[in-house]
Amino acid sequence: MRLLIIEDDRESADYLAKAFREVGYVADLAGDGEEGLALAETGDYDVLVVDRMLPKRDGLSLIGALREKGNRTPVLILSALGQVDDRIKGLRAGGDDYLPKPYSFAELLARVEVLSRRRGGPAEETTYRVGDLELDRLSHRVVRGKEELTLQPREFRLLEYLMKHAGQVVTRTMLLENVWDYHFDPQTNVIDVHISRLRSKIDKGFERPLLHTIRGAGYMIRDGIR
Amino acid sequence: MTAFGKLIRTTAFRLTLAYLFLFGLFAASLLGYFAWNTRRLITEQITSTVNAETAEVGDIFGRRGLRGLVLTVENRALRPGANLYLVTTPNGQAIAGNVGSLAAGVMAQTGWSETAYRRLDEQDKADHRALVRVSELSGGFRLLIGRDLEERKRLFGIVLQAAQWSLLVVVVLGLGGGIFVARRVLRRIDAITGTTQRIMAGDLTGRLPVGRSGDELDRLAENLNAMLERIEALMMGLKEVSDNIAHDLKTPLTRLRNRAEEALATSGNEAEYRHALERTIEESDGLIRTFNALLMIARAESGQARGNMDDFDAAEVASGIQELYEPLAEEDGMTLRVETAPTVLRGNRELITQALANLVENAIKYGRPAALAQPLSAGAAVAPESREILIEARREGDQVLLSVTDHGPGIPEADREHAVERFVRLEASRTLPGSGLGLSLASAVATLHGGELRLGDAHPGLAATLVIPASSGDTLAAQTSDVPQKKA
Repeated sequence: MRLLIIEDDRESADYLAKAFREVGYVADLAGDGEEGLALAETGDYDVLVVDRMLPKRDGLSLIGALREKGNRTPVLILSALGQVDDRIKGLRAGGDDYLPKPYSFAELLARVEVLSRRRGGPAEETTYRVGDLELDRLSHRVVRGKEELTLQPREFRLLEYLMKHAGQVVTRTMLLENVWDYHFDPQTNVIDVHISRLRSKIDKGFERPLLHTIRGAGYMIRDGIR
Repeated sequence: MTAFGKLIRTTAFRLTLAYLFLFGLFAASLLGYFAWNTRRLITEQITSTVNAETAEVGDIFGRRGLRGLVLTVENRALRPGANLYLVTTPNGQAIAGNVGSLAAGVMAQTGWSETAYRRLDEQDKADHRALVRVSELSGGFRLLIGRDLEERKRLFGIVLQAAQWSLLVVVVLGLGGGIFVARRVLRRIDAITGTTQRIMAGDLTGRLPVGRSGDELDRLAENLNAMLERIEALMMGLKEVSDNIAHDLKTPLTRLRNRAEEALATSGNEAEYRHALERTIEESDGLIRTFNALLMIARAESGQARGNMDDFDAAEVASGIQELYEPLAEEDGMTLRVETAPTVLRGNRELITQALANLVENAIKYGRPAALAQPLSAGAAVAPESREILIEARREGDQVLLSVTDHGPGIPEADREHAVERFVRLEASRTLPGSGLGLSLASAVATLHGGELRLGDAHPGLAATLVIPASSGDTLAAQTSDVPQKKA
């Protein structure tokens, strides 16, 4: 997996590169907008991580220039401007995801993985399978083993999102954004409660748990140990 | 700059100078016209008198001959204030009249001329000027009749003097008035400048002096004062925020630091280090959340979010929030009920959603009936309706009300205003987790939309209501649409 980090703050760029390399990514660095654009155009990257405020050429204009040339590499925008309007502006400019600073590396990693999978992975499937759990997106049926499970609509969407990203860490913020379409920080553990409800429906009474809590990061649905 | 230099540079003084010049020009041309016309009138009068007399005397000569002529002329010449008369023989000898001497050649040609002359009986040697008509009588005799021009000259002199005086008066009054007005204006401007300088130096409480006349300067001063009021309020808000940030971020930061230090000093094995680091991350996440909430409040309060106004149904927002928080409420032994009618609203959907979410989170955290706070077995005795948190969206007149009602302890009336302030955590809630920003944000969002956050009594419990004018988004968006959005 090749990653380009365009960030002018040397220290955070080095930290990110090191952290990504530790989990097995190839991470290149660019210190300003022009260098970043040149590298992004020539190198074959799976995901670009772009800081919004960059010297020489700002992040949004860089993304615009890339998209204009037909480059569809997924872009994650990092920005100190975390407000609703800024996020919308970033996504409109051609970004695929937006993460306000400060962020945890776990959150960034989870989002980068989802973005890279989006590019390489197969088109939207109609049935997701994890172990003996099966979710049919058309008939809205969920079956574990031989037992059919009854889920509320929101529980279904939650499970759908988790299974779509099976084997990947999904953070609480990602769930709130993608399942509920809310973009704020709840001051309570509201997502955890939804997850525990879902867990009681899909894992309770079965020998192998599928829905796992990843400490300090979020949740992951997977069959056994990867 | 000297005081005088300042004075003559004022707009009022410059205008005065311009008007002075115009008025002077006007007065001069008026007097000039008057003088010229008077002169013409006098000349005309002289001409007609002389013409009439010439005809009369010529007639006498015709009827009574030279003797009659001489008698008549001598007679007339002796009258006080008489005209000028001279009769000469064909060879140029004077035979009658009151003219002593004339400029050379005047008698040689007939018709009108202006000449210097001296009267016969006059003692002084000075020449006077006169307008005369010479006519030829039969037999080569010549008759001169004329009139002194002294009168005309004197009148001209009077007009000239009047012109000088009036110009002087215009200049003196004009300059005086100009200086008076300019000094008055200057004094007020100096007062305003003084105040603004004090304000620039940091004293934001200064206000411009406002007179009673309600003139343009007063109106300007009033508007500037209103502006200063707003700036001061914003600055106070900013100061309050920074003070609060200093306090409420420093405390957890210190805790964070202490914990890290302690871990460094006492931890003996990896598990302990790990535990300490995990606590550190948790703590910093809390800090980030607080920080985000603060930024959001600041943004809502400064009106920056006004650009993002949409039409949406408040009922949908209420149902969405109910659905999100229902499991959480249930876990705490409460229920979330939603009661809505379709209520279309124009505003910032995300901010209103978050404000409502904050109210619901508050209700779940702090709105537990007292009996429920006891161990679970006792909680079972609580009546189902007092376990209920009600979310309502409805329209009342041209206002949209989004309310969250719980049946917990509520907030005493005296504390309600205080409760909305940033970082305020009432005694009762201090032991529970929370940043103390939830109500502040809800209030800031309501204010952004031109509404307010009302805290009421639900007997028992708290009824928190976001009151938002239904059309607020239109007017607010219109107010800000022509303001260029700040570039990222």
